[in-house]
Amino acid sequence: MNLLLRPISILGASVLNGIEFLGGIGYLLRDTAAATHVALFGKRGRRLGWRNLWAQMVRVGVRSIPIVSLVVFCIGAILALQMAPILKQYGALPQVADIISIAMFRELGPLVSAIVLTGFAGASIAAEIGTMVVSEEIQALEASAIHPVRFLIVPRVLATTLMMICLAVVGDLLGVMGGATTSRLFLGVSFLQYATHTFQSVKIQDFVTGLIKAGVFGAIISTLACFLGIRVSGGAEGVGNATTRTVVLTIVYLIIVDLVFTSVFYYLGW
Amino acid sequence: MAETAIQVDSVTKLYDGRAVLDAIKLDVIHGETLVILGGSGSGKSTLLRLMIGNVIPDSGDVIAFGKGLCSMLPAELDDYRKSVGVLFQSGALYNSMSVADNVALPLREHTDLPEETIEIMVKIKLELVDLRQHADKMPAELSGGMKKRAGLARALALDPKVLFYDEPSAGLDPVTSAEIDALIINLNKQLGVTSVVVTHEMESAFRIADRMVLLDRGKFIISGTPQQMRDSKDPLVHQFINGLAEGPLTDRRRAGGYEKDLLTERT
Repeated sequence: MNLLLRPISILGASVLNGIEFLGGIGYLLRDTAAATHVALFGKRGRRLGWRNLWAQMVRVGVRSIPIVSLVVFCIGAILALQMAPILKQYGALPQVADIISIAMFRELGPLVSAIVLTGFAGASIAAEIGTMVVSEEIQALEASAIHPVRFLIVPRVLATTLMMICLAVVGDLLGVMGGATTSRLFLGVSFLQYATHTFQSVKIQDFVTGLIKAGVFGAIISTLACFLGIRVSGGAEGVGNATTRTVVLTIVYLIIVDLVFTSVFYYLGW
Repeated sequence: MAETAIQVDSVTKLYDGRAVLDAIKLDVIHGETLVILGGSGSGKSTLLRLMIGNVIPDSGDVIAFGKGLCSMLPAELDDYRKSVGVLFQSGALYNSMSVADNVALPLREHTDLPEETIEIMVKIKLELVDLRQHADKMPAELSGGMKKRAGLARALALDPKVLFYDEPSAGLDPVTSAEIDALIINLNKQLGVTSVVVTHEMESAFRIADRMVLLDRGKFIISGTPQQMRDSKDPLVHQFINGLAEGPLTDRRRAGGYEKDLLTERT
């Protein structure tokens, strides 16, 4: 009997956990949206704290520019080398610029930047908030009538969303530059040729759809990190678990959401 | 007649179906220092968290300045929280901010005071706890006693009517512990602040208390002045306040059916 019931019980528990998890994120998003509205448009005393927002933007965005640039530049360079043999067969080597630019602007710029930011900022946000839970700082905020969602989560979500869009622009450009550099050095495609092909092939919607995705990716990274951070229990071990879960879950969610967006854009013809 | 600042009205709190607090009734009188005593797991910290509105009771209510916390609107609960200060067991300083910024935060968040005024107020609060020289230090640079004093300065930032202390002497050496006790007494006398102190450190409790209550396994056992507690004939009270190894508290723990448990395992 137990052997029969156990799989059903495990399945039921997993479904319930999943519902609880998504419900929790839903509540957090609702509270964050309400707190953002109050923070931006409410009276003084419930304000956002521009200093706080600026500090988060520097921490999340500015400090991750070098690492994002390096990774995306390398991916652009790798992509050029991978595509070169096939394009060479068709005598279309300069088309490498078309492929790289569209891939970068629509997909790889935002996605790779988001994955790097997950490791860079998502993990750090989850660890920071988790540590604050463990050291009673969240309780202290509540006891001082300072709402943790408004004070901690809103600035992090806003900063990560805004900076993710900026990082996607950086990623787009550096990816294209990576491709251009490799093409110039190893494939014999001049910078002028590369630039001409890039400008001919990239349309404004390639750029805009990439940025829309980047904004959503930023919101996902920060919301998941804050959610898993604020649910920490069990001391230092709990903080470690939350950090690991944040990185793993965020990357999975990023890819799923990316698939959904790409499908929607495909059907809309964007 | 003495005015009641906070009234705990038949509060019950359950965790996983187990009553951590069981129909607790308690009055905190305006201007007094009330010490809530109890061993580990007695429910005293939960009671403190209920009184500051961080935990919601399953039944009963906490009446603060004439209004029930459970029926308060969020804005009313915020106003209540602004009128009380809490010193957490670890100090709970915001680790990313300096000591001065920790104290300034409630003022920056809840008042329209200009930054220069806030700086002066922060110095005044830090001087009260003898930490003015350490205003620019980060929490990680402070000793345990200094962290608690900084936490106390932050709790005092908005000139609270009631101060809650969660284990103020825990983890401190005897001299630092006595210093914190002297601070609690001074704040009570100088500022007229009502104090609610949760502790199991008997020496400290007898030093600061005007009145004491003892909780055991979520139940209210006794209330009285320090002298009345010393004179109590209740064996449980006697064992607890004298820190004895033998008595009803330890007998209960030992009567855990150990032999029966062992035999059951063998058969």
